[in-house]
Amino acid sequence: MRNPVFILLLTVAAALVFGAAKLIDNAYVFFAGYVVLQYIVLSTGWNILGGYTGYVNFGTAAFFAMGAYSTVVLHKLVPELPLPAMMVVGGMVSGIIGLATGYLTLRLRGTFFSIATLAMSVVVQTLITNWSFVGGSRGAYIVRPATTDYLDIDYIEYLFLLMLALSVIAVAVARAIEKSRLGYGFATIRDDELAAEASGVPTLKLKLLATALSGGFMGMAGAPLPYYVTYLDPASGFSLSYAVNTIAMPLIGGTASWLGPVIGAILLGTLQQVATVTISSALSLLIVGLMLVGFVILAPNGIIGWFSPKRRT
Amino acid sequence: MDLPLDLLGNALVSGLLLGGFYAAVTIGVSISFGMLDIVNIAHPAFIILGSYIAYIANSVLGMDPILASILATPAFYLLGMAIYHVYDVSFERRGDNGLRGLAFFFGILFITEVTLVLVFGVDYRLVDAPYISISVHLGPIDLPLRLLVPFLISLALMGGLHLYMSRTFTGRAIQAVAQDPMALRLMAADPSRIKRIAFGISIATTSIGGAILIIIQPVEPSIGRDYIGRIFAICVMGGLGSFAGSLVAAMALGIMESITSTFFGPSWSPAVSFGFLLLTLAFRPSGLFGRT
Repeated sequence: MRNPVFILLLTVAAALVFGAAKLIDNAYVFFAGYVVLQYIVLSTGWNILGGYTGYVNFGTAAFFAMGAYSTVVLHKLVPELPLPAMMVVGGMVSGIIGLATGYLTLRLRGTFFSIATLAMSVVVQTLITNWSFVGGSRGAYIVRPATTDYLDIDYIEYLFLLMLALSVIAVAVARAIEKSRLGYGFATIRDDELAAEASGVPTLKLKLLATALSGGFMGMAGAPLPYYVTYLDPASGFSLSYAVNTIAMPLIGGTASWLGPVIGAILLGTLQQVATVTISSALSLLIVGLMLVGFVILAPNGIIGWFSPKRRT
Repeated sequence: MDLPLDLLGNALVSGLLLGGFYAAVTIGVSISFGMLDIVNIAHPAFIILGSYIAYIANSVLGMDPILASILATPAFYLLGMAIYHVYDVSFERRGDNGLRGLAFFFGILFITEVTLVLVFGVDYRLVDAPYISISVHLGPIDLPLRLLVPFLISLALMGGLHLYMSRTFTGRAIQAVAQDPMALRLMAADPSRIKRIAFGISIATTSIGGAILIIIQPVEPSIGRDYIGRIFAICVMGGLGSFAGSLVAAMALGIMESITSTFFGPSWSPAVSFGFLLLTLAFRPSGLFGRT
């Protein structure tokens, strides 16, 4: 399928999702749906680096929270800036952080990069906790407007719509990369970096590009968060559950293609929304952890792997 | 407290003592990451598990936390062997220990943490022992036994493991397995078995590490994450797998953290270890004493 056709189909699907949510006519659907969509963006972003090049990023929470906190800063400085613009800024901030972390550590073995992302996440959290302009450890309050100037819908529906659009963009970009020269370059890094380097693939450049793109999407996913939660503190913004979910979703869905993270995010995201309401949020996180470990041991190619038995990652 | 020199002296001493403790919690990672090349990021979660076992033994049975942790080491050893077995069968033999191996340990870290939260809640827990509230004074310097006892235990643990690694056949085999599994096979030792034993020892040390952690500070399930950075920073700075190197690196880190928290406030101290780790990885990935 060619890219324009795919994007058209994706947009139609997104419009159907929004229409269906409108039909149910219950604000909770939008609140819950927003979280699932946010995870589609996060896990698709993560997979651009993790799934395509094989470098594991444990620092999702940092990229995500940097997007959210850049919105907090912008909200204080230029409150009239429209949210989509804030999302672009948040994505840029996180993309630059990804580039910097990558530049410092991507020349090393893959495991060092992973440990460094974990470390980066704590450093950034410490900086935010000690930065009183964004609320420090007490957190920041943001008043969510009742409606928006651009569309005649509830603000939560507006947030849902923005996240829906972002997930269409993220999935379209991921798929386009996968089928392009760039995607094959990424795959050579994943399969044998030394051989790739020796055959003239500019591995460092490609890895940096993947880190920046991946970080950028995570930052954009985090940017609307302050308006969604209305109260943001470092402990919740940097919660480890973002990192765990974002790793679990692509691995459960399958890391080799764009479809895997989407399936994983919809499945796990919905499951958690249901489990949080019916059982408890701690237990729903336990389920994610158990599913992650279970899948990496028993189904190394994820759910996608069940349908394409010959494919190896 | 009128002279900053006193403050500095106290910060140095408590940093040194803290460093000894950091070395003890790192030694397991020196074995698993340094020698076996297994990135066990769940290591701190096992330390917290050790803390909670010491806490139960202390609060229910009134047992000394350190004694309890020593009694628990065989159980931790078996747990470690079991985890390595799963890791070996599922990832190492498939040559799949990058992405999925890391995710496996990340999942274990998370499961342990959430289970502890579900069982004990998020309250801080502490233990009670006769030496915890006593302080020895040497002139202007305070030596709290709460830090001194863990320091001595740590040194004993490191000394014991050093002897084991250099004097016994299995210890030497563990050191060899990372370098050349094939040569080890020719010496009639099974690399899988040796690694299983080594990983068991690595997890066994977390029992003792956990007990001395809960003596030093109150523990709640998520503080293990703060130790991920410290442990890997020390392990990398010390030159992977070197006990003496990690002791020196641990003390350097302990002193830096202690000085930072004395003069800039404790909320900055996590950034010290992680910042140091980032810088080490960026500029000196072979460790402070390593050859580049």
